[in-house]
Amino acid sequence: MSGARKSKDRTATIMLWLVMALTCGMLALILAFLVSKGWSVLSWEFLTKKPRSMMTAGGISTPIVGTLQLVLVSMGFAFPVGVFTAVYLVEYARDDWFTRALRLAVRSLAGVPSVVFGLFGLSFFVIFMGFDPSLLSAGLTLGCLALPVIVGASESALLAVPRDYRDASYALGATQWQTIRKVVLPAAFPSIITGAILSVGRVAGETAPIIFTGAAFFAPRFAKSIFDQVMALPYHVLILATAGTNIEKTRPIQYGTVLVLLFFVLGMTMTGVLWRARLRIRQRAQR
Amino acid sequence: MEKDKFSVRDLDLYYGSNHALKKINLQIPERAVTALIGPSGCGKSSFLRCLNRMNDFIPGCSVSGKVELDGSDIYDANTDLINLRRRVGMVFQRPNPFPMSIFDNVAYGPRLHGDRDRNTLRDIVEESLRVSALWGEVRDILHTPALALSGGQQQRLCIARAVAVQPEVLLMDEPTSALDPMATARIEELVRELRTRYTVVIVTHNMQQAARISDTTDFFLSGEMVESGPTQQMFTSPRDKRTEDYITGRFG
Repeated sequence: MSGARKSKDRTATIMLWLVMALTCGMLALILAFLVSKGWSVLSWEFLTKKPRSMMTAGGISTPIVGTLQLVLVSMGFAFPVGVFTAVYLVEYARDDWFTRALRLAVRSLAGVPSVVFGLFGLSFFVIFMGFDPSLLSAGLTLGCLALPVIVGASESALLAVPRDYRDASYALGATQWQTIRKVVLPAAFPSIITGAILSVGRVAGETAPIIFTGAAFFAPRFAKSIFDQVMALPYHVLILATAGTNIEKTRPIQYGTVLVLLFFVLGMTMTGVLWRARLRIRQRAQR
Repeated sequence: MEKDKFSVRDLDLYYGSNHALKKINLQIPERAVTALIGPSGCGKSSFLRCLNRMNDFIPGCSVSGKVELDGSDIYDANTDLINLRRRVGMVFQRPNPFPMSIFDNVAYGPRLHGDRDRNTLRDIVEESLRVSALWGEVRDILHTPALALSGGQQQRLCIARAVAVQPEVLLMDEPTSALDPMATARIEELVRELRTRYTVVIVTHNMQQAARISDTTDFFLSGEMVESGPTQQMFTSPRDKRTEDYITGRFG
């Protein structure tokens, strides 16, 4: 090899390595920054106590519980609707212009900015349906955001179920619905769940969709009904960062909240990714 | 061999504009093994799938002519497909057990058709596994995943699964092409035994296999049924030149 080619090759290797290091470095930097600012306030108290004294003291149990409630409501809506939409698209829909348009619509939905979902939620769930700003309105809005992710994951999961299984089932005299319910869905279910877990990570971290639809500036207690407003981790961070009157006291709480949210979202994503990896290994072992 | 189970008259099959089966006329005798032989793409698998209407799932596939099962046309508009496929079971080329336990695989068909009683199901599962000569190997591992079995065992499990709904006919689409010689021998032995209870129609690539296990052989070529007759006669004194060329290995 000539000297010039060798040195070009070396340069390319070094450049690629640097870019990679930059990406990882950014992530590490963000994490290090947040941990250094917020680690000190993390404690059992912080996780289990409600905010006190105009949110300058106490913990963040209300936004933690609120975020979990929002996730539950959004998944309660988006999971079944998303999975059955995918079942329709994959198993029942004929490949015509209508199906293609529907598929395109679902794909495009995934690219819509989250604040647009917020405005849609405000006009549709809050005003038109009359749900008012509430856990229900905010949860459903977040559900709309998660829908395209769940539909996409479920579609590819259903498509990955071997044709052989369906043939075997039909050849035994099964109806289409029996085949879907007893063979296709169970076989696709692990990948569908993985997709749902990944969408939970996204849902939990969103602020814009819930600002107008049900996130509370402050709530003295946990939501008892789906028509109550709730505090939520990302919105709590926004409030502390922008509307605080006592910055010295709220700032550590703000970073602590960010850290809790980050751990939750990263945890969900890691669970999804690890689960998927484990499934792949198991499926390979079965072949 | 007193009666014909299937009687096929002027059967044409098209995939879009591709004329895949041309005016097929043949009889399939009851409680006997009928082998369908011929080179790849000759239409033998397509023909097999006409007998339980599995071709219905293929987009662009159209069929004309008559396929009579015990005297009634299965392509009649009033045919109950569920009942048809219950009477005419199928075993596929690649073993395709469901990703569930051995027991649930065999119980799948009976459950579809409404059997819920645990004792009944247990009896059906045992009986079906005995018929498919698998019971001795799996009696203690009924609740383990079927996909952990070997290929040959999986194929016998698929036969048990098909037998569990008490069909009258078993269609087999090259059931041993994905198996090793030992497993193939076991399946062949099983097919010989099955004909005492069932009408078996088996597609095979392997002429020795057809000669070993079948009573009747039908030779397909380019979508036509060239020759049909008792296996003995077909392999010793074929009437058609093309049959002779094929079975003596001149092409295919």
